[in-house]
Amino acid sequence: MQQLVDWLNATLNVPPSWQPYSAAAIVLAIAFCFALFAAIYAGVFIFMERRIAGRMMSRVGPNRVGPQGLLQFIADAVKLIFKEDIVPAAADKPLFLLAPYIMFSGVVAGFAVLPFSPRLVAADLNIGILYVLAITSVTVVGVLMSGWASNSKWALFGGMRAAAQLVSYEIPSGMALLPGVLLAGTMSTQGIIAAQSGAPDAHWLLAGGWPWNWYIFHSPMMFALFFVFFIAQLAEGARIPFDLPEGESELVSGYNTEYSGFRFGAYFTAEFANTWIAGALGVIVFLGGWQIPGVSPAVFARAEGGTLLLLELAALLCFLVKIAALVFLIIQLRWTLPRVRIDQMMTVCWKYLLPLTFVALFAVLGWMIVWPWESTGSLLWRFAMTLIGFGLLGTYAWRVRYNVVSAKEPAYLRWII
Amino acid sequence: MGAVQSYFRDIKNALLSSFEGMAVTMSWLFRRPITIQYPYHKSEPQKPLGGPETLPERYRGFLEVDMAVCSACLACERACPIECISIGVEKVPPPNDPAGAPVRALVRFDIDLGKCMYCGLCSEPCPTGAIRHTRHFEGAMTQVENLVVRFVDPAKPVIPYKVKKGETPATVPNGSVIEPLLVRRHFDAPAPELPPLAPAPPAGAP
Repeated sequence: MQQLVDWLNATLNVPPSWQPYSAAAIVLAIAFCFALFAAIYAGVFIFMERRIAGRMMSRVGPNRVGPQGLLQFIADAVKLIFKEDIVPAAADKPLFLLAPYIMFSGVVAGFAVLPFSPRLVAADLNIGILYVLAITSVTVVGVLMSGWASNSKWALFGGMRAAAQLVSYEIPSGMALLPGVLLAGTMSTQGIIAAQSGAPDAHWLLAGGWPWNWYIFHSPMMFALFFVFFIAQLAEGARIPFDLPEGESELVSGYNTEYSGFRFGAYFTAEFANTWIAGALGVIVFLGGWQIPGVSPAVFARAEGGTLLLLELAALLCFLVKIAALVFLIIQLRWTLPRVRIDQMMTVCWKYLLPLTFVALFAVLGWMIVWPWESTGSLLWRFAMTLIGFGLLGTYAWRVRYNVVSAKEPAYLRWII
Repeated sequence: MGAVQSYFRDIKNALLSSFEGMAVTMSWLFRRPITIQYPYHKSEPQKPLGGPETLPERYRGFLEVDMAVCSACLACERACPIECISIGVEKVPPPNDPAGAPVRALVRFDIDLGKCMYCGLCSEPCPTGAIRHTRHFEGAMTQVENLVVRFVDPAKPVIPYKVKKGETPATVPNGSVIEPLLVRRHFDAPAPELPPLAPAPPAGAP
């Protein structure tokens, strides 16, 4: 971003007294880009979720607006914007009006440190992971505010539940990211990704984003921590099976019960954009970020011009594919598991996830002493864990095939859309 | 030890059941949806008289006219309370002898099924049973003009049937006339360019 500001100042001959304003303009433009990205991503996510939900329920899903229903989210947004923005008479008006924007800005601010490719990152903070965990917690304030300001029982219950849930699950989520930070020795998101690339002069089979360079396959504990982190992020994003803040059967719609029109849309955009942050954090810390298999950092350092652009695009593609896989998992879980009870949710957090993260943290520390990252022992372990991981995937594929083949209804193999 | 055992058993059960559940939901992505996207696709060709019959015995569906036995008496046109039937009768040269003396012929027989209220008043006075209700009912059209059914091509006038006392003429099977005209028509077909109507019959003609 600093280079961008310098470049703008140099090209336009901005006088020194005006340079703060040019920097502010750049920040505003980037913030706008991220808000736009979050909104469009949320729309595409809603489309994917509805189509996948349809297929899992043996129906088709929205397919009328645009090709295969791809523009459905635009129609939905237009509908929401044109609806009346109702403020209940007994509501705390300023808080009520402000709450959705606090939630939305909390989520969008998290995008600032998430890198898309080696150079495509708004701000590579040296405390990136801490920043994301902190800034996405601002959504709790928005949720609590809306619950309180709505002056409605359902909204207040929803807000209280959301506050309890989000604050509780911050702990296992942060604790699960900690070993990754320890392995990389930095909290910067780009630094953590760079640490998962193998040695600069390594053989091509050991360089770049091969699965055996990912932190998830570093040790059995890291493998377990990935799932702990995933569960915690599900809860933080208030996704099924942890969507208690908006449990329809109990709380109408939870903390956003009294909202309508654009503000309601802002809540939903924030909630769906949050899945991107969850997926991106998982990809950055556990799945090697944008690293391309077989391309070492030295190749990136040497490349220039068209090759560099191609590499950046390939890195972006790697990143997007991994995030899409995680986001698909989030969607699929929603249509697999039922909602848990509030006490079960707290039990999962405090009795199961948290002890596991502590044990795993110390185990990873010991592991790092016995088998440092560069040692042959560590490499063998990583190969073994990769084998186990892909073995699990294979078992999964085998189970899926079994379910297709053994269906009572004739099941025809067919591509998703 | 019981508590510790159940603790780890809970973890194992949670993981295994989620794994199996996701295998089940994933498998549904590889199957066809059960939904039939009506009216783009229909489950099977319509068989109004064959197959399991679900309609009542005396169901009144779309009207159709067997032009081979229509006597052009205009009883149906007069009986229709909402005037959805319009019949044109003219003197035209005989079809097989262009130079012969003009004969009385039907040049137009239109029924606007968009207006029809299926009361059955037209089929009751018909002396030959030419106009009758079928058992077809699927007529959803995006263009309402597609619901006007023309039983006579204006270029090919039809010589009316001569009614004989005490005889009920044989007709084509019920539904076979309306099927090509309306039932097989695509629901999203463009509105037809209606051919120019025959000139108004001269005064005094029946």
